[in-house]
Amino acid sequence: MSYSDKVLDHYENPRNVGSFDKGDQNIGTGMVGAPACGDVMKLQIKVNTNGVIEDARFKTYGCGSAIASSSLLTEWVKGKTLDQASEIKNTDIAEELALPPVKIHCSVLAEDAIKAAINDLKTKADGALQKNSA
Amino acid sequence: MTDVKLPIYLDYSATTPVDARVARVMAECLTRDGNYGNPASRSHSFGWDAERKVEEARQHVAALINSDPKEIIWTSGATESDNLAIKGAAHFYQKNGKHIITSKTEHKAVLDTCRQLEREGFAVTYLEPHSSGLIDPEYLKAAIREDTILITIMHVNNEIGVIQDIRAIGEIARKHKIILHVDAAQSPGKAPVDLQEMKIDLMSLSAHKVYGPKGIGALYVRRKPRVRVEAQMHGGGHERGMRSGTLATHQIVGMGEAFRIAKQEMASDNERIRTLRNRLLNGLKDIEEIYINGDLEQRVPGNLNVSFNFIEGESLIMALKDIAVSSGSACTSASLEPSYVLRALGRDDELAHSSIRFTIGRFTTVEEIDYTIELIKNAVIKLRNLSPLWEMHQDGVDLKAVEWAAH
Repeated sequence: MSYSDKVLDHYENPRNVGSFDKGDQNIGTGMVGAPACGDVMKLQIKVNTNGVIEDARFKTYGCGSAIASSSLLTEWVKGKTLDQASEIKNTDIAEELALPPVKIHCSVLAEDAIKAAINDLKTKADGALQKNSA
Repeated sequence: MTDVKLPIYLDYSATTPVDARVARVMAECLTRDGNYGNPASRSHSFGWDAERKVEEARQHVAALINSDPKEIIWTSGATESDNLAIKGAAHFYQKNGKHIITSKTEHKAVLDTCRQLEREGFAVTYLEPHSSGLIDPEYLKAAIREDTILITIMHVNNEIGVIQDIRAIGEIARKHKIILHVDAAQSPGKAPVDLQEMKIDLMSLSAHKVYGPKGIGALYVRRKPRVRVEAQMHGGGHERGMRSGTLATHQIVGMGEAFRIAKQEMASDNERIRTLRNRLLNGLKDIEEIYINGDLEQRVPGNLNVSFNFIEGESLIMALKDIAVSSGSACTSASLEPSYVLRALGRDDELAHSSIRFTIGRFTTVEEIDYTIELIKNAVIKLRNLSPLWEMHQDGVDLKAVEWAAH
């Protein structure tokens, strides 16, 4: 499998590797994929009071393009509002990294991961709201 | 460490470099000043000389497996030998029955040939091995039916290197008057075969796994008691009508020389290779959560197949780009399935995905093994630091209990 220099760079020097406390109200966690399928991505975003993503972390079990897709994603989401982040498309990731056709699913997984992280945040916010109104 | 030439080749079960001694004798059979005649030419010395070379090579091949040279049929490689043996015997003996026994861990050349015979109306039983990779001969015996005509079981497994008990299987096959075919592509120079003692009827051989050239192999066809196969390749009636086609003198001579050297150097090669394999094993064994695939005792010396839990196979291969190894991972092969051999052993998909096959050979050095150990240790640390599964495992999460979203 020959990868683009961008994939190799993200693989060799992955950005924003790590974990936040997933219980924190300001942290949204998205865990997608399955070990049996060969890839699992965990993406975490930290949102400030203005609803802007100020930091992101990831851990990925998967092939080089899965690692690169999630590493790139953590760079892209920083500074974006949740709405802006939810507009990131897998095709953008695939294009940026020049993923070969058999690896497109890695970019799909990355898109799923950011959506799942945003959902997690919203679920937490709704929960907090209900608690406050009760 | 810096004097090691990169990348390091640790994929000797995929193929081997041609030994310089082999290349030399091959080169003597190509050009105008060499032995370029057609071995089938009966009317001049060019043909006679080439034929003599071919027959010498046949003797070398026969000698390694303790058979009669007349029992050796040249083919293009073990895949063709498997096809000729299995289809050839099945077609010849189908009047006696249409049932074949094989195992789930055979090479694709055997499994796909069996699938083809199923399409033609044969019934095939695929035996499941123990988690060690070994087939229990008693289990095989129980699978025999009234209409079983052929058993095809490999000698040495290409992925995990385990050696099947062909001696015991041969006794069973002979007692039940069933033809036994053995795919021994991985055996020469690694696991001894004695056809005077082992009751094998048909056996596939390959040259390029034992420092010979690619594109040449042989099928052993027993003469006493006589075993018949229907030809799959028709033409000039070469190789006693079993495999037509002009004999490739240079290839055949190369295989002969490779087998001659294998017989001479097998014991010393194996001892050295086993020491290197054990050095690799010892170097890796302190890494947490690794699993050795296949029985360690009933195994060729040069094979080590390891699964690294919580790391995906292709990313591991990427981290190990300075060493040439094989992976059981889905991503590196054309199909999306992880290694069917490891799955047949009962390994779950994750461990099958994260397996690496190291195969050590004649030209592997201690320095290369030491370099490999360091490389792997560092790669495992790096990739586990990246792995959400490793993190969950460290936190005490039971990954089997997690409900994963399929995709």
